[in-house]
Amino acid sequence: MIINGVSIDATFAEAFPMKATRAIITAQNEKWAMISAQAMTGFATSVIACGCEGAIERVFDPSETPDGRPGVAIMIFAMGGKGLAKQLETRAGQCVLTSPTSALFSGIDGGIRIPLGKNLRYFGDGFQVSKQISGKRYWRIPVMDGEFLAEATTGQVDAIGGGNFLVLAESQPQALAACEAAIEEMRKIPNVIMPFPGGVVRSGSKVGSKYKSLGASTNDAFCPTLKGMTKTDLSPEIESVMEIVIDGLTKEDINKAMKVGIQAVCDLGAANGIKRISAGNYGGKLGPFHFHLQEIMA
Amino acid sequence: MSALTFTLKYKSAQRVDMSPLVCQHLSGMSITEISALTLQSGKLKLRVDELFTISGSDAQEIVINNSVDNLDFIGKDLDGGSITVNGDAGAYLAFGLKSGEIKVSGNAGLYAACEMKKGYLEIAGNAGDFLGAALPGNKMGMKGGTILVKGNVGERAGDHMRRGNILIEGNAGDYCGSRMTAGTIAVMGQTGRYLGYAMRRGTLLLWNQPKLSASFNDCGAHTLAFLPILFGSFKTLNSRFADASEAFNRVQRYAGDMSEMGRGEVLVKL
Repeated sequence: MIINGVSIDATFAEAFPMKATRAIITAQNEKWAMISAQAMTGFATSVIACGCEGAIERVFDPSETPDGRPGVAIMIFAMGGKGLAKQLETRAGQCVLTSPTSALFSGIDGGIRIPLGKNLRYFGDGFQVSKQISGKRYWRIPVMDGEFLAEATTGQVDAIGGGNFLVLAESQPQALAACEAAIEEMRKIPNVIMPFPGGVVRSGSKVGSKYKSLGASTNDAFCPTLKGMTKTDLSPEIESVMEIVIDGLTKEDINKAMKVGIQAVCDLGAANGIKRISAGNYGGKLGPFHFHLQEIMA
Repeated sequence: MSALTFTLKYKSAQRVDMSPLVCQHLSGMSITEISALTLQSGKLKLRVDELFTISGSDAQEIVINNSVDNLDFIGKDLDGGSITVNGDAGAYLAFGLKSGEIKVSGNAGLYAACEMKKGYLEIAGNAGDFLGAALPGNKMGMKGGTILVKGNVGERAGDHMRRGNILIEGNAGDYCGSRMTAGTIAVMGQTGRYLGYAMRRGTLLLWNQPKLSASFNDCGAHTLAFLPILFGSFKTLNSRFADASEAFNRVQRYAGDMSEMGRGEVLVKL
């Protein structure tokens, strides 16, 4: 399959079941809601070492948030419910509770309820106040700038992590420009996040390493500087490869995000140095969810 | 199916216990069976059809017409369905209400919504003393749900209240929110003396500055983030509380009652 001169590999991205949650952070203005959201989803690129994968999903208009202030929705994904709950609570406590003027609300009504402000209330040292409004419990925790308002729980749902595609280009600036274009379009799709810095990964990994202590190492088959040293997957004109990883609530959400992302890359096309789109997988034996590139773009 | 309607024929000389006439008891019964039920009135047991003309069949929707102030225990322990009272209601209206909706077009007597657990009670007129309170000697008043009173309420509204909302468009008598454990009482009109007497936790939300006891301490003026959410939850009510122009988030906060636990608050609109 070739779109606008870009070859789409007959391969698939392999993804895994995860647990996910969403929270809505509001603040006096969008600037401070964003600062808090960025802090909460910082160091959350990969479950390999961060314990979770998290990112900003989208910005909310004041009319969409529970308290009528500007807000930002963040999503966090982890391999299990226990790990997810721990990451959520720790990050909420250190990054939202501490952030000026912030408030924190549930972003998923259904699912298994996991603590959001439920345990943060103890920071109030007995001065905290509970309010049950329309069946939801909120905690008002006195802090130095006034009151921190946090909904007691949010929802945990089954989700999918690890959808991905690789952009193979003739130069590093061209690969990055294509990925930026893809991310811009993908951020418009609800229920997905691209957890890596700016949504783009330059250090895709393979399973295993020559070093026993490492479970993953550089994906040498896609490293352009190793073309003459390893069993490469790159043709001579490829000078740079970048990856976009997608976590989403459902297979359909990831499908949609991959489609608009790949389309944005292909719109730049061969004329802008984009040669191929590929995807990362483990032979289809590890992850139950397979995203076939050509099926998605058909 | 039309609403199961009880139209009062005459005002009994003695008070009448209306507790058998709730949706869950009448469900599946024929009009003949309902007619044969008896209601305690003083020393007498009166047949339902002696007091009321009965029509309709939908027991999930009960209407009481020509209601007067000696019909007690209307909607006692109601668990789903609705009761509409056209006229006044006696004492213990919505006593122990579990779920469902009760609306009264007139006034209600003492102990309305006493020990109410959930559901919705709307009183278009005034309510008597001990609205949403606990029975004498009991420690737990209203535990959930919402009460809306469009008129005034008597003394001791929300006495021993545990959870839920009491919304009063008019004035509240003395000892409003006394011995409250938690929950919210909002009063748009004036409040009487001894507001929040011995309250432990909970919120008294006021539109007008009250006369506070010395055991309430001023915590200053604040903008509170939970208030827009609280007012947002009133939007569906047929009330001035649903009016966006009545909502506010800037308040003077008083903490008390310091002679008790002192975790309660009186929030006064600024």
